Amino acid sequence: MKYMDEFRDPALAQRLVREIRSLVRAPVRIMEICGGHTAVIFKYGIHKMVPPEIEYIHGPGCPVCVSPREKVDLAIQLAWQDDVIFTTFADMIRVPGSRSSLAREQARGADVRMVYSSLDALEIARRNPHRPVVFFAIGFETTAPTNAMAVLLAREQGLTNFSIVSNHVTVPPAIRAILDAPEVRLDAFIAPGHVSLVTGSRIYRFIAEEYGKPVVISGFEPLDLLQATAMVLRQQREGRATVENQYRRAVSEMGNLKAQAAVDTVFETSDMTWRGLGMIPGSGLKVRPAFAAHDAERRFALQPPAPSRDPKACECGDILRGLKAPWDCRVFGTACTPEKPLGACMVSSEGACAAYYHYGRHWPATG
Amino acid sequence: MCLAIPARVVTLDGAMATVEVAGVTRTASTHLLDGVRVGDYLLIHAGFALSRLDEAEAQETLRLLEQMGELEVGALG
Amino acid sequence: MEQHNHRPDGKEVLLAHGSGGRSMHQLVDGLIVPALANPLLDRMEDQATLEINGLRLGFTTDSFVVDPIFFPGGDIGALAVNGTVNDLAMGGARPLYLSLSFILEEGLALAELERILASIRAAAAISGVQIVTGDTKVVHRGSADKVFINTAGVGLMTDGTRISAAGAQVGDRILLSGSLGDHGMAIMSRREGFEFEAAIESDTAGLWPLVDAMLAAAPGAVHAMRDPTRGGLASCLNEIAQRSGVGMRLQEAAIPVHEPVRGACEMLGLDPLYVANEGKLMAVVQPEHAERVLAAVRTHPLGREAQLVGTVVEDTRHLVVMETAFGGSRIVDLLAGDPLPRIC
Repeated sequence: MKYMDEFRDPALAQRLVREIRSLVRAPVRIMEICGGHTAVIFKYGIHKMVPPEIEYIHGPGCPVCVSPREKVDLAIQLAWQDDVIFTTFADMIRVPGSRSSLAREQARGADVRMVYSSLDALEIARRNPHRPVVFFAIGFETTAPTNAMAVLLAREQGLTNFSIVSNHVTVPPAIRAILDAPEVRLDAFIAPGHVSLVTGSRIYRFIAEEYGKPVVISGFEPLDLLQATAMVLRQQREGRATVENQYRRAVSEMGNLKAQAAVDTVFETSDMTWRGLGMIPGSGLKVRPAFAAHDAERRFALQPPAPSRDPKACECGDILRGLKAPWDCRVFGTACTPEKPLGACMVSSEGACAAYYHYGRHWPATG
Repeated sequence: MCLAIPARVVTLDGAMATVEVAGVTRTASTHLLDGVRVGDYLLIHAGFALSRLDEAEAQETLRLLEQMGELEVGALG
Repeated sequence: MEQHNHRPDGKEVLLAHGSGGRSMHQLVDGLIVPALANPLLDRMEDQATLEINGLRLGFTTDSFVVDPIFFPGGDIGALAVNGTVNDLAMGGARPLYLSLSFILEEGLALAELERILASIRAAAAISGVQIVTGDTKVVHRGSADKVFINTAGVGLMTDGTRISAAGAQVGDRILLSGSLGDHGMAIMSRREGFEFEAAIESDTAGLWPLVDAMLAAAPGAVHAMRDPTRGGLASCLNEIAQRSGVGMRLQEAAIPVHEPVRGACEMLGLDPLYVANEGKLMAVVQPEHAERVLAAVRTHPLGREAQLVGTVVEDTRHLVVMETAFGGSRIVDLLAGDPLPRIC
């Protein structure tokens, strides 16, 4: 498979591991922001291939994990509105809200359907012109343009029965919130390669310029992550702090301007509460008034569900900030498991705690 | 987050493309990308193409990796 | 040893309870089995071995609720026959007789029912079994997904075989009869919301001829055997590891996966280790006889791509660990429910 197999070459991996070994000096804590990177690290065992001085800290880049519970509650309310077909990416279907999940409600008779793309949701709207179709529009900057496009196409094609629930979050404000917190124990960042396809590399400049931390944008194949790790170490060794792009085959400095324009047309920034991290100003996206007809929250005029808090025992906030590892949490693997997640980090397979649970709960002994 | 897969453009019909990975084909939108041509490799996320893959850059990255570990013998330790 | 004897949480049965992973174990081990407990059932094999007046019989039951009912490479009828035949075969029993019960949804096209019956007939003929009794019920529109099929199967146990999920021993080799993921991805290719085009067909097939050859090649050498259906190879390996009280070490490079299945899994964010198969078996074989048994499997068309993919090891945590083709290693855990496609 082109552009995948070449970047999984074990011989090149060994070269990179040797390179990393020659570069590492002291313990280094690298936050890889994106849940996808967390998954790759564990899937390929990268955390065990690199010297123990290198610690990967798993950041809040999991839009499923950081969705506030009340968004799921809202989704459930919408799913039960008269005649609604509620469409969603499969990622969200098992995420628990304050009392239930979309999967449970589907079992109880709500018309909830999983799709691979917002275009599939549009198609469902086209085939069911007399039923309202609501799409659970989640994601970071990677997905927001695709969801924006769905709204633009709905308008263009007269699909008046189509609307979205906007549940978007953006990366830079979250990183800033983490770096501004009283306790920060991070030396560098590995930035999400696919968010960067849309945003370009420029959005991370503030991390290097204002906070003096090296940033390397990485692709999602295991060689990409190893090379990005080597690039971080090299910056450290040379006393530099800049934004470097390991994912040069796909990411540019300015990003995808057309995608950015689509987002800008349909959405505006809003304040967003991140599960585990709390309220981060300007970190969310909401539908602009001009597109109110396709904004499910306005169309259905529901009483917004009350915000609910995770149990006190949940330590996701510290984990998402990189202050604690999953196994530092008192309820990790006991009261809090992937089947019964208490907090953000366990709800999705991309979450730090879920990844540790599946791949490493017996670590450091074997996992 | 953000699963995006490199896929080759097989056919184009307006803004909709048929893309292929390892013999598997599916439709994808090119609404967010200009100048897409048959034969291009695109990164597809949630049914939309977000970026074109640059073959020269990919080759350059691999070339760099292949050279790694050869130089800098004196800098070890 | 990890126990799944906790009752499921919540008040309702969920789809996850049927998917072959951890949630299903909670429902079955935590609720159903304790209610019915008896020594034969408690062994929890895919089929029960009955001893009646000196004759050892294999006895099994299964239900088929797949949607869509027609898919590339097969349909629910073929699945029903082959699945039941395989349950018997996995215990070392030569499949002989099946019962077949239909629950038909009002409105099902008769032409579709006829297609399914033709499939059943063909699959039964290939496996040399006869369908000797059955039942038919019709339910209101909406109460069933077109067709539900329930089966029971009876077979004759092969002398000298003691195949059990608890039978794996340290040092045994793990044999896989062919490529992973074909059935699950064939179904996914036709699933609303995820459709794609690919040269992927369900591998549904009756496996008794493979098993027969294996048992003849080295009597007593097969210690455990399962067909990796729902939950995939990963679930089978974890179940056997836990019941046998051992660990397993796999080599990713040895595990066959066809290119289009790999492509489809990449596209949807799925892992072939967890995807269902309907015409494959995995066996845990005494090391001295492993090559011989492998050769026997490879003589049959259904086993041409068979490989030895790992080894049983001592491990008090009963972990299944895989050495990746990349050069690292990772735990292959039991998942909670059906793996779902993802965009994140």
